[in-house]
Amino acid sequence: MNERPAALGHPYDDLEQQRDAATMGMWLFLATEVLFFGALFVGYTVYRIAYPQGFSEASRHLDATLGAVNTGLLLTSSFFMALAVWAAGRRRRRLVLLFLLLTMFLGLGFLGIKGFEWYQEFRQNLVPLPGLTFEAGGDFPQQSELFFNFYFIMTGLHAVHLLIGVLLVGFFAVLVWRRTRIGEAFIMQLELLGLYWHFVDVVWIFLFPLLYLLGGT
Amino acid sequence: MNDTDSFFSYLLVFLALLALLAATVVVARVDVGRLNLALGLGIAFTKALLIVLFFMHLRHARRLTWVAAAAGLFWLAILFLLTLSDVLTRVWTPAVGG
Repeated sequence: MNERPAALGHPYDDLEQQRDAATMGMWLFLATEVLFFGALFVGYTVYRIAYPQGFSEASRHLDATLGAVNTGLLLTSSFFMALAVWAAGRRRRRLVLLFLLLTMFLGLGFLGIKGFEWYQEFRQNLVPLPGLTFEAGGDFPQQSELFFNFYFIMTGLHAVHLLIGVLLVGFFAVLVWRRTRIGEAFIMQLELLGLYWHFVDVVWIFLFPLLYLLGGT
Repeated sequence: MNDTDSFFSYLLVFLALLALLAATVVVARVDVGRLNLALGLGIAFTKALLIVLFFMHLRHARRLTWVAAAAGLFWLAILFLLTLSDVLTRVWTPAVGG
């Protein structure tokens, strides 16, 4: 028998087969995530159909500029994440570290802006929680409240996913920093982390127009 | 096996994504009625497709991975179709005496 590479796990014949299996496993996990978020998207759609004016009115409270900036940050972070995987395939250790750190800081920047927005909404009495006053004003305050329920749950769940991503990217950066060379196993793991990161970006790509841009002119 | 794309192609995809972001912001400021939603979602789908195909390497992935990726979309489509076929066609009648 030939000698097995150190990165090759048990049931697999070669690294390529192992990589294909790992990639497919990650996509299956992401499929479950699609449905996790999908339930919220379908709920949002149903109530938006029922209360178009209330949702449009409530959406105008959101800052579309901050939303657009945050979309830009996430798109750029995805670009750097793709470059980190690209650099890892070429064994460019320092570049991988640089791109991972850039990805992480852009992710943190997104969370910072999102947190600032939530704070603004808290100060404007737009948080629909028991114990807090909710004052959206306008003609449809109750429908606005429903919109903000969806807004906080959807952006909150997204932020939790992004926070997990930021922590993982930071962890991977530490790994790259402490190791002297990049191995096959690490490249594969980084690719899977990249898939997760891009998925979280894709969720935001749909949240942004649905939540921020439906107010119109 | 390393089948990631070139640096240049990632850069092109990134620039396209930024252009689409600019487009979605501009389109939202112009009131074209019901078309606003269609355009916003259309641009979002295009962005998502670019990310999935290039950044997530689905372009180079095996058929089995395509099946796994399509499964998520397929079940999501069922969730939307069956829910909306009810919501959009139901007539709400007030309860008798209620």
